[in-house]
Parts: sequence; structure tokens; C-alpha cells
Amino acid sequence: MNSGVPLTDVEVLRIRNDFPLLAHPVNGRELVYLDSGATSQNPLSVLEAEQEFYEQRNSAVHRGAHTLAAHATLAFEDARATVAQFVGAREEEIVWTSNATAGLNLLAYAFSNASVGEVAPEARRFALGPGDEIVVTEMEHHANLVPWQELCRRTGATLRHIPLTDEGTLDLEEAARVIGPRTKVLAFTHVSNVLGTINPVPELVGLAHAAGALVVLDACQSAPHLPLDVKALDVDFAVFSGHKMLGPTGIGALYGRQELLDALPPVTTGGSMITTVTMDHSGYLPAPQRFEAGTQPVSQAIAMAAAARYLSETGMDRIHAREGVLAQRMLEGLSGIPGIRTLGPAAGVERAALVSFDVDGVHAHDVGQYLDAQGIAVRVGHHCAQPLHRRYGLSASTRASAYLYTTEGEVDAFLEGVAGVRGFFGVK
Amino acid sequence: MSSLESLYQQTILEHAKARHGGSLSEVAACETSWPAGTGQCHQLNPVCGDEITLRLSVSGAEGERRIESLEWLGNGCSISMASASMLSDLAGEVDVDELATLIEEFRTVLRSRGTVEGDPEELGDAAALSGVSKFPARVKCAMLAWVAAEDALRQAVATAA
Repeated sequence: MNSGVPLTDVEVLRIRNDFPLLAHPVNGRELVYLDSGATSQNPLSVLEAEQEFYEQRNSAVHRGAHTLAAHATLAFEDARATVAQFVGAREEEIVWTSNATAGLNLLAYAFSNASVGEVAPEARRFALGPGDEIVVTEMEHHANLVPWQELCRRTGATLRHIPLTDEGTLDLEEAARVIGPRTKVLAFTHVSNVLGTINPVPELVGLAHAAGALVVLDACQSAPHLPLDVKALDVDFAVFSGHKMLGPTGIGALYGRQELLDALPPVTTGGSMITTVTMDHSGYLPAPQRFEAGTQPVSQAIAMAAAARYLSETGMDRIHAREGVLAQRMLEGLSGIPGIRTLGPAAGVERAALVSFDVDGVHAHDVGQYLDAQGIAVRVGHHCAQPLHRRYGLSASTRASAYLYTTEGEVDAFLEGVAGVRGFFGVK
Repeated sequence: MSSLESLYQQTILEHAKARHGGSLSEVAACETSWPAGTGQCHQLNPVCGDEITLRLSVSGAEGERRIESLEWLGNGCSISMASASMLSDLAGEVDVDELATLIEEFRTVLRSRGTVEGDPEELGDAAALSGVSKFPARVKCAMLAWVAAEDALRQAVATAA
């Protein structure tokens, strides 16, 4: 997988010049931004794409016959094609959502709609009821857990999960036992937002498809950081967010295999997603329009495409390789500091460039506050993964997450900061 | 004093370790009913996972009710744990009306964004938490035990003979 040559330090310094926010001091200190796993920063090309749209093309898409409307529609659909290409999909297979959470909820509600009332014949394959099972994992972000809990509550289906090992990976032996003939949906994350674990997608897809289940991949932490090809991975659906991949907030995408998307019942209904509407009945457009009722986040979609272009031009394989180097530097550095326990795969194992850790005797919130005073921005808390933290006997942890603009110097500053935490709080 | 040192004053770090009043047992914290004159409240900060269960009993005739006992069980950052410890120190010395007033006073200080300094004569060691009001993300940490005490006090007074 790591076939790319890592971005060099010189290249990273050049990349940093494209990100105005990174030059802003915080608390009188140079900013060390290690929270890209939560939200990433935006390069000028993304900011400019959004501004350029408002200055030159702003208009309603997919309606109106005037020139501006045509330009806006073109830019909007070009953006879809760009984002589709970025993940190896066809443009008809990309539905805009407001973020990955919205994409997962869209799926859960579409399955719901296929489970009650009068259902079109092609949508019956998505119906769920008592006896059916949805399988998730113990490492899921709440966004890939709660919507499925709710779907089970609405339909009477049962939610099961693949447990975690002590090493921070999925228990694949258990996965083979949990996934079976009753499984209708397997939803799991490509990369854990807490552990940094990169899950073995082919093995899990193999188990699910052999059982006749649909696969939903949460690609939030993978689309921004490694070369992602949804076709090669053979997943049925995937979701990801713009703001984690250098784009703006308020935009994300749902990928679905075309024949599935076209058969899936709509969720949000209204304008722009219909064919013929009478006072009694409506017909629906094929995907992606059938899932895009109402005015869409047009400038955000265009800016997300600019982000995808920026990443592609930099080279996803090279970004991934660079992050592999940073991950090991963080992990090795942290393991040399007394009282630090890191979560997830041990040093040497391929992982995402994010490391969560516990500081013995100091609460994560205090760790984050101490680092913040030095201009170091990390995430503290349960990172929307309470079951995962409970599994490892914690209620919270501190997470540092790097991206293509992170320097080795920043990682070192972070490590130095962490080394001072226990002394400051008087913990021996 | 740096802003970090003003947030984490020595007395705060000491209380976070000493945890005065932090003697409520796991078993008691899980109970769902209490004697008359006792109230219990569980508070959780879903952002960081900080948790506290606080139990409070009142005694004495109406009009001269005092805080008989205040105990808590908690897990969280140094601000939330120190705050619970400081509150416990105060509760031993006041009657129910005074405690309610102190909780209100503490809330005013914490919500002031650094414009109101707590009075040590009134709030005791908890006045050292005044600096937390400049860190909006941490106000909830400092308030956790006090919000729990407010609710427990209301229950205790409502059921007192």
C-alpha cells in the first residue's frame, strides 16, 4: 500500500505556505496543529474556489435557463465528477451530503423507508425486520453506531458487533462468527479515528458478501489520508466528509454502487428530486438527484472538489507514505515518555498518523489544556467513541493527528510538550 | 503568573488529589432510592466524559436546616475533581439556604468570563477557581459538582421531615 515516496521536508514546508491559518500564532506561540483528524485546514485554492464561485457563477443549479445558472450547474456537476474520481467512483454514484454523519443517516433512513408501508419492488432488498442483523464494530465513531441502533429500534432488527483485540485491531475470528446468514448490513470504519488502525477491508467485505450482506464503509479517516478506491475495495456504500480532507464544513459525500442507489428509496423529498408530481403521487429521479432535494451546498461542493484536486496533485500515495513516517515518529516518541500508554497498533505496524494516549495520573482535559498553552492543538475526550474507550478502561484520551502539512519539528514539539505534563501536574 | 498557572493554582492541584468528600461508595452511587432528607444527583459532561454522583443529606427543623453530610464519587479532570473537593469543604459549614446562595454565587463567577473574582471569605478555596471563567471550555468542568449539589439539595429539602 505504501508505494509512494514520502513527501520530503522541503515539500512539506512549501505545502504549508498554501495554508494561511497555519501561520497564525496561538496564545503567543507558533501554532502546532495536531487536530486534523477532527477538522483539517484549508489551502488557498479551496478558499479561492469558494470565493470565485460567489464572485463569478453564483446561481441556482439544475433550474433556470440563464447563462449563470448553466455555469453554476456545470461547476457543480464538475465538482461531483472530481470527487467521484478522487475515490474511484462514477459521478452518478456520488451523492452530496452535509457531512459523513448525514450520509450514514441517509442510508439508515433509506433502509427504514424500504422496511415499512408500500415499498417499490426494487427497494425490497433493503427491507429489515425482526431476525435480520446489522453488524458494526466496537471501534466505530458514534456516527456509525447510533444511526444503526436507531434503525434496529425502528425495524426490529438486531445490532451486533465485532469486538476489538487488546492490540487495537478487529477480532477477525470473531468477525467470521458474528457475520452470517442473518447479516443484512455490515458497517465499519476504514481507519479508526481513535486507534489509527487501518482495517482489512477485503477480508471484511469478503465475509459480508459471502453472507449476502451490504457493506457500508466509513471512509472519513481514510479518504483524506490514503489512496482510496471504492471499486477496488468492492464496498457497496461509503461516506466521507469535506472538512477532514482540506475542504469546507457543510459538505460530504455518499458513494453507492449505481444499481443500489437507483433502487434505494429517497429520504429527504421535495424539489429537484422528482420526475412527475400529481396531487396524489410523485415519481423520483435516479441517483444522485433522488437524494438531493432542495437547494444544495453548491459552493461547498466546488470547494471540496478543489480540495480533492489539491490532494491528488500532491499525490495520495506520497501523503500516505509521509504520514506513515510521522505516525512512527509520534508513536516511538510517546513510548519513550514515562507514564504514557498509547492506544492502537504498536510501533512498526502500518497505521494512520494519529495517536491517542492516556497519561497516567493526568486527565486528558488537563493534558490538552497544558499543551494548548504551548500553542499545541490536540483533541481530548472520547472522540465520539465511548464504547472503544470503555473497552480499554478509559473514559477519555488525548489524540494527536497529523496531516500533509505537519512537520517533524511539530511532532517533536508535541512530544516535548507531553514529556512535561506529569511534572506540571505534580504526578510522579 | 502565566494563564496556565492561574488556571491550575497549587491549591487546585492539591484538592484534585485530596478529593475531600470523595468518599461515596460505588454501591451507594448506584442506589436509586434514599432516606427522607437525602438527595442524590449524577452529572455527566458528555464532551469529556467527566462524571460525578453526589449525595447530600440535610437535618434540623425547617428554618434551621443544616447540611448533615455531602459525599461524592467522581472521575474527571483536575478542575472538576478539585471543584467537588472544595465544595465539600464549604458544605460542612453552612445551612441549606447559605449553600444555595453559594452555588449561585459560584455560578455567577464562573460565567463572568474573568470579570468577577470569587470572594475567598465566602467561597473558601473554591474562589481559586475564578480563573476558570476565562476558559469557556472548562466552565462545565468546574460547575459539575455544584450543579449536582444544587439538584441533590432540592431533593433533600423536598423530602426532609
